[in-house]
Amino acid sequence: MTGAMGARGVVFLGSPAFPDAARTALADDRLRANLRRATTTIRDKRLAATGELDDWEELRAAGEAIKRHTLRHLPYYLERLEESVTAAGGTVHWAADAAEANRIVTELIRATGATEILKIKSMATQEIGLNEALADAGVTACETDLAELIVQLGEDRPSHILVPAIHRNRGEIRDLFAAEMGHWGRPAPEGLTDEPAALAEAARLHLREKFLRAEVAVSGANFACADTGTVAVVESEGNGRMCLTLPETLITVMGIEKVLPAFTDLEVFLQLLPRSSTGERMNPYTSLWTGTTPGDGPSAFHLVLLDNGRTDTLADEVGRQALHCIRCSACLNVCPVYERTGGHAYGSVYPGPIGAVLTPQLVGVEHASSLPFASTLCGACYDACPVRINIPEVLTHLRAKAVEAKAGHRRLPTLEALAMKGATAVLVSPARLGLAQRAASLGGRLLSRRGRIGRLPGPFRGWSDTRDTPAPPAESFRAWWRANRAGGQR
Amino acid sequence: MSTRDTILGRARAALGDVPPAERPEEAPIPRGYRRSHADVPLVELFAERVADYRATVTVAPEHQAARTVGRLLADRGLTRAVVPDGFPDAWLPGGTFTRLGDAPPRTPAELDGIGAVLSTCAVAIAVTGTIVLDAGPGQGRRALTLLPDYHLCVVRAEQIAGDVPEAIALLDPTRPLTFVSGPSATSDIELDRVEGVHGPRTLDVIILTSTEEA
Amino acid sequence: MRIALFITCFNDTLFPDTGRAVVTVLERLGHQVEFPEAQTCCGQMQFNTGYRPDAVPLVSGFARTFGGYDAVVTPSASCAGMVRDNHPVLAEQYGRRQLQQDVAELVPRVYEFTEFLTEVLKVEEVGAAFPRRVAYHPTCHSLRGLRLGDRPERLLRAVRGLELVELPRADSCCGFGGTFALKNADTSAAMLADKTAAITAVGAEVLCAADNSCLIHIGGGLSRQGSPVRTMHLAEILAATEGDRG
Ligand code: SF4
Repeated sequence: MTGAMGARGVVFLGSPAFPDAARTALADDRLRANLRRATTTIRDKRLAATGELDDWEELRAAGEAIKRHTLRHLPYYLERLEESVTAAGGTVHWAADAAEANRIVTELIRATGATEILKIKSMATQEIGLNEALADAGVTACETDLAELIVQLGEDRPSHILVPAIHRNRGEIRDLFAAEMGHWGRPAPEGLTDEPAALAEAARLHLREKFLRAEVAVSGANFACADTGTVAVVESEGNGRMCLTLPETLITVMGIEKVLPAFTDLEVFLQLLPRSSTGERMNPYTSLWTGTTPGDGPSAFHLVLLDNGRTDTLADEVGRQALHCIRCSACLNVCPVYERTGGHAYGSVYPGPIGAVLTPQLVGVEHASSLPFASTLCGACYDACPVRINIPEVLTHLRAKAVEAKAGHRRLPTLEALAMKGATAVLVSPARLGLAQRAASLGGRLLSRRGRIGRLPGPFRGWSDTRDTPAPPAESFRAWWRANRAGGQR
Repeated sequence: MSTRDTILGRARAALGDVPPAERPEEAPIPRGYRRSHADVPLVELFAERVADYRATVTVAPEHQAARTVGRLLADRGLTRAVVPDGFPDAWLPGGTFTRLGDAPPRTPAELDGIGAVLSTCAVAIAVTGTIVLDAGPGQGRRALTLLPDYHLCVVRAEQIAGDVPEAIALLDPTRPLTFVSGPSATSDIELDRVEGVHGPRTLDVIILTSTEEA
Repeated sequence: MRIALFITCFNDTLFPDTGRAVVTVLERLGHQVEFPEAQTCCGQMQFNTGYRPDAVPLVSGFARTFGGYDAVVTPSASCAGMVRDNHPVLAEQYGRRQLQQDVAELVPRVYEFTEFLTEVLKVEEVGAAFPRRVAYHPTCHSLRGLRLGDRPERLLRAVRGLELVELPRADSCCGFGGTFALKNADTSAAMLADKTAAITAVGAEVLCAADNSCLIHIGGGLSRQGSPVRTMHLAEILAATEGDRG
């Protein structure tokens, strides 16, 4: 169980707003230590791997341009993809939302008679809540990616788009394997240690028998080339290769934004993705397949093209760029907010900076209205993003939409809206600003002791819990200027 | 209306800002990036980069292929391996080595039990230390190079491309392609790379240089 | 060259010393500075909090006030960034043609203070002396917004007697983020704690930056912790001379 899914599957139902969820996460010292360790490691590796290429900026520009161009002609490329996949022996299905995608996949599995299927880590199937839908239909979905396995065994939620169990350290993983593996299949070896190599070995043994008898696998896709119908899965462990090769039936669920115009465009993305994501020159395994190949791999290949809010996102000229995302997770790894709160605080399968811009667009900003504010707009994500998604730009754009949506729902303006209006009313007039400054100076000095203001009530409580505020000076700059310089001015 | 038409219709409606004169065929993509970042001889670079993934690399002249293969297998205590059709006989060691074929196709459990596979490759990439398999001669269907725990891949020096763009241009997209960069690994525990999960845990690579150069 | 000082509403009200420092430095370098009194605010808070329409009158006010100057200098990287990146957006989204034009013409003449010194006046040595151990915090808006690079450090290195110490993980956000510090106070405080720990670890006497907004947050944290480290705007360090008591 991975938690009940809300609107369109993307958000976890009942998730508190970001500030509240973050408070819980921040109180967890072990979580913070785990996150800090992991994000620090990966930041250095990414910088080394990207710094090695002197044309990194040109690659990013090409990646961005290819994505932007594809999205601007999405219907054209989707139709071409459908044609090429079909010509190569695959079957293409279209799903408008999570429910339709789940129905299609469930029926395809039912037709094979399988009751247990294997899964390769995929954000799209996570987003639609496929495992839960399959469970309802009596089909067990076994996650084969190590981190997904950790999440599944722990009945946990993913907290990172690349390493869903990033919130767990090796000791926790060891305990989980020792306690839970036996319920799902081969138990963990006796005397399992917390050495990463030993943990990887335990996963290998546990899953091997499942791979050997697999009939059906479900995957996502990193890329799909419209001209050839070639689909790509980028991975590390080899569980992907197992799932793409051994079963008779392969079902791939892919967001419609993953299409690329041409096979040759992979020359850009196979450089951008591994270096941004795990900080490697190349990930251990990338599988590319085109339809079916007699005598090699699955005899049936189904490609499910998923909308689930993507065409709504496409309609927003500013927000559209969130669909460029290649799910490398660099933005999460560099984000100072994510580093402190972890992924669960975002309440969505898409956490971190990309989640803060994608989730509200996929589900409607009113269903995730605290997310666009879960950022200091520090810009580290934009710098790291291999396809140059200007996340801060989209964040402020969505903030405006969130404010509008809130205003639309109420008869009276919020206190915050009144405060902003009030501030503008003062700030449009230098005279009023001058008066306000004198009032602030007076008030501030009344509140302060030895030049400092301590704890404050209301919206400033959180601020003043950990910070003093200097008392406003007796004389504002404009007052000083008038007294000392204005005479000299023409 | 079918879901297909619904989705395509929604996408078209969403893209009202794209001028009709803008054609998909004329993609304005700035391709100012390099075709290759290789700045030293390819054999040297490829060998160094493969070794970075903790695979072992051996450079040998082609006439010593069989002896090199034999030595590597012996070092691992292996006396038999799956050898896909089309793998050159001249590269196979003599002596006690048993060559296992794949006709009729072996079951996954059999392959799992065999434990070793020899293969050639389609293309190799120097900068990233990658070998690309395309199920061609000497490589066989994908399961052959996946299930055995030991993979020995023989690369001819002239198969090494400089970098990803050069390699992509050499590949046939209609074939099933597998890019292999080192042994299987994971970064899932504390975001640090550990070798050895589901794919072959040991990868040995031999680079064969033409006899004169070596 | 007619140079206007855009003090920003925040500095005007809370940090007049910073404005005086800018005036001191520019006058010392032989330039006359004007302070158009009609100026108020760039609208950053409204924009970043999602109240775009409320920021629009401030955009037109800014264009009206500063339109006639050759250079508009501001001791705030975040306000310079607001003008540069977002005034055109607001003018485009809400403004008339005329405003769009005015903004487009004005924006290239708006400079953050250190940018103005190094790029326009082409100076690094401004005749300052400040014998203290100083750490520089590159604020997000100076580092990634305006891409000031090492310009502030170059200015600081030229200050007589100043010892510049390097802050570990300097490029990491301090957690201020405007209304973020109120809306997500706990996360902001966690970020702040790491920043103040880094400052304490390097043993700096003074922490400086190109934004008083981040400094009020960092300084507020240091003060609450009882730390002796002082926060100062970079301009105030550049204004200091041998005669001052630092
Ligand atoms: S938004 Fe950019 S950096 Fe973040 S996951 Fe997507 S591609 Fe990577």
